[in-house]
Amino acid sequence: MITTNPFAELSASISPDIMQLYVILMALAVVAGVIFDVVHKKSAAYFFENAKKAEKNARRTVSSGEKMSLAVSTVTNEVLTSSELSPNPARRLSHLMTMWGFIIFVIATVAMIFGAEAGIWATLWHLGALSLAIGGGWFFFAIRVDVSSEGKKWYQLSFRGDVFILSLLVMSVFALLWSFSGAGVSGLSLLFFVLFIAASTTLFTTVIWSKFAHMFFKPAAAYQKKVTKADGSQENLPDVGEMNDPAIQSRYPDIPEYMGTNPPNMGLGIKREKPTHY
Amino acid sequence: MPTFVYMTRCDGCGHCVDICPSDIMHIDPTLRRAYNIEPNMCWECYSCVKACPHHAIDVRGYADFAPLGHSVRVIRDEEKGVIAWRIKSRNGETDLNLLAPITTKPWGEYIPKLADVAAPSKEQRESQLLYNEPKYIRLDDGDIHTLKSNGLKLIEGVEGY
Repeated sequence: MITTNPFAELSASISPDIMQLYVILMALAVVAGVIFDVVHKKSAAYFFENAKKAEKNARRTVSSGEKMSLAVSTVTNEVLTSSELSPNPARRLSHLMTMWGFIIFVIATVAMIFGAEAGIWATLWHLGALSLAIGGGWFFFAIRVDVSSEGKKWYQLSFRGDVFILSLLVMSVFALLWSFSGAGVSGLSLLFFVLFIAASTTLFTTVIWSKFAHMFFKPAAAYQKKVTKADGSQENLPDVGEMNDPAIQSRYPDIPEYMGTNPPNMGLGIKREKPTHY
Repeated sequence: MPTFVYMTRCDGCGHCVDICPSDIMHIDPTLRRAYNIEPNMCWECYSCVKACPHHAIDVRGYADFAPLGHSVRVIRDEEKGVIAWRIKSRNGETDLNLLAPITTKPWGEYIPKLADVAAPSKEQRESQLLYNEPKYIRLDDGDIHTLKSNGLKLIEGVEGY
């Protein structure tokens, strides 16, 4: 069942040209949405202004090779494995399932609509949708703060807050149901198909209001944060240093005097318990 | 002046919401990022600044203790047992790094286990003293706590404060 290309079944009723046109329109909607978002919120202007400020405060020059390795580590950690969410393993896992599910689902959709052999793509399409549905459902019903901390019910929604995750979830669930019901456009299958397309259209055309653009600006912010650490500007944050470093001990003599040469580990601090007292 | 949040750094974890003594750090229901809902009620205790795992919260300092445009940032490093401050003037001429030990007890320890404590007697209930009050102000077993009674002494340079 999961090895069947649902778009091949669909092509009996809807021409592949229309399907391709739809995919292109959605891609254009995303590009337009992101550009509008960047211009309207002035996020690029803020980003470059901040980068310039950091460069002015830099204590050392970061070579282009170093910058490249920082970019690579941003891709391997923050982008590919969502390391920013590491303090919350459940959220990280659900984010990984949602993100990878979405990427695989979109690539497989594009491949099959633009004529690739079903083969591995059909399986990937179904597995991507499944991963997206599980990760997205887990986040939507249990992890997001409205439900986990604010005491709201899952159905108490806000448009801008929830349109992204909800359209992802609805799209993946109804894509699977549509495929499993025969991928046609009659009866129950038609209902599933309409909901699938409505959700995907909502997802790709609401970029300017939704969280969609975070997949572009989050990596940029993570990279910028790494650069500020590497060039020593560190956003005006202080140097903590190592407490057993003689230079630190002679500069701050009250530290060894009060606390010994190695001040004790004071535990996890506020991170010892999950913040749930919203 | 109050705290503000760098939106590109905040991940909406909610630690600042938990720790704020004025209960004015909230999570925006739409953007899921922290913000100060009542800036004029912020007394700059820096609790949220120290608690933020991403250093996403900053404070615009009052002009009466430093010129406008300066920066006062802090890292509370529990693992190393210290709090580090950096004070920088607008033109960058003053750039102070300060380091102080954390003087509170390790977080989460020494929490009184009230459930294990015996219920107060009738006499205690009718007394004007609060829970454990005689014990902690030592009315019963000596004088109030002093540096001397605790075997401590002032360190040179501290007297002036």
